[in-house]
Amino acid sequence: MANKTVLVQEHQKLGAKIVDFAGWDMPLHYGSQLDEHRMVRSDAGMFDVSHMTVVDVSGDDAAVYLRYLLANNVDRLTRRGKALYSCMLNESGGIIDDLIVFWCGDDFYRVIVNAATRDKDLAWMKKQAQDFLVQVRERDDLSMIAVQGPNARAKAHVALGRELAARVEALGIFFGEQFGSLFISRTGYTGEDGYEIVLPHNEAVAMWQALLAAGVAPAGLGARDTLRLEAGMNLYGTDMDENTSPLESGLAWTIGWEPKDRDFIGRAALEAQRGDPQLPHFIGLMLTDRGVLRNHMTVQLDGQQVGEITSGTFSPTLGQAIAMARVSGAVKNRCQIDIRGKLHDARVVKLPFVRNGRSCVEA
Amino acid sequence: MSNIPAQLKYTRSHEWLEQRADGTVRVGITDHAQDLLGDMVYVELPEDGRVVKAGEECAVVESVKAASDVYAPISGTITAINPALAGAPEIVNSDPYGDGWLFCIQPANPAEIAQLLDATAYEAAAQDH
Repeated sequence: MANKTVLVQEHQKLGAKIVDFAGWDMPLHYGSQLDEHRMVRSDAGMFDVSHMTVVDVSGDDAAVYLRYLLANNVDRLTRRGKALYSCMLNESGGIIDDLIVFWCGDDFYRVIVNAATRDKDLAWMKKQAQDFLVQVRERDDLSMIAVQGPNARAKAHVALGRELAARVEALGIFFGEQFGSLFISRTGYTGEDGYEIVLPHNEAVAMWQALLAAGVAPAGLGARDTLRLEAGMNLYGTDMDENTSPLESGLAWTIGWEPKDRDFIGRAALEAQRGDPQLPHFIGLMLTDRGVLRNHMTVQLDGQQVGEITSGTFSPTLGQAIAMARVSGAVKNRCQIDIRGKLHDARVVKLPFVRNGRSCVEA
Repeated sequence: MSNIPAQLKYTRSHEWLEQRADGTVRVGITDHAQDLLGDMVYVELPEDGRVVKAGEECAVVESVKAASDVYAPISGTITAINPALAGAPEIVNSDPYGDGWLFCIQPANPAEIAQLLDATAYEAAAQDH
């Protein structure tokens, strides 16, 4: 039996096309993925992301444990409520999952990991916790709604009510805080401003309906994928997995190398990879011709295969095909993509493609 | 069930075919097919004058979700392609049997047309996909 979020009936009422995602019945779209994408870029859209996994880490050793568990360093969280993006690595430096961790209070952190990796993440986190004074607790009592877009915060404020809105409004970018029963963070996966609202299951339907009434458009996983790709954000299992390290996945910036004596899982493997000129690297691509880039298409240079597209799509904002790819060091400014047996020119561009509704691609 | 006009002929691979007064046939994809694929973002059409065999891949429709081959429903020669789709592939979604047509074929063997599915048979076939 498929897992269902408490919002599944809301999705059905709105005419959603429901698909299986990592064992969950989730909305792919509510009619038009492109319209939903554009709504998020131009106004406000919301996503049911209740399938994601909330894990609370608490106890005397919470910080010490996370310093060992994560490739990024939680000591960077110098202000309460601040969030940090990190990979969780295995001993070989491969990525078990990517996640966001919030410093919520003394000896208390909230970690949000993916849905498809729930079981292995929890097993790994609990296994690594054995030598620490720490509790790792999955919060399967919580739902999660992401509200994203240039008008997302204003519309969410209407849904939250004036009193609460006045407090939530003060949240800084990449901060999260508990407001009564709601944990609200100014985070997301679209390249737009907005909130992610974590709340008890029995409050989720009312919140969804209030956001709808405030003029927030429902958006499905389809739009979520094209939005995150335009925003240059990796998708676990597609752009990286246990056989690729952050250094091969465009995530070198998430590795907390300092201080040098911080021992974290995978550090030795990453140190060995660091500076290796043979190591594949991660790039953004834009197709010069018309067409659509897709996952697993091969990247070619002078007739040689030099890499593979990890995520490709048609960018609704740019009106052109875009992709992220893992390639050898030989690829500099241009390459070719094999689309159904024919080679098409593509150029290498800096990520992200789109941020806050605007193209970031240099002409 | 989706819209399946009675006057057209169909294939199991979700193409429709319309016989025209000038002896050519017009080809597109069905409402059911466009609905399955979702928002269209790119259509690759055959070259004018290309000779195709029934069942041969001759176009590709790409939605945000996936690329899907379009097969020639009958053998013949491509006599026209829809010029509007290069700039507005979404017409395939909004008007799959009208302005969203893909290409025209001059049939090599008109008897092949009679072997295609009628609307009732297509509706039954489409329910499995």
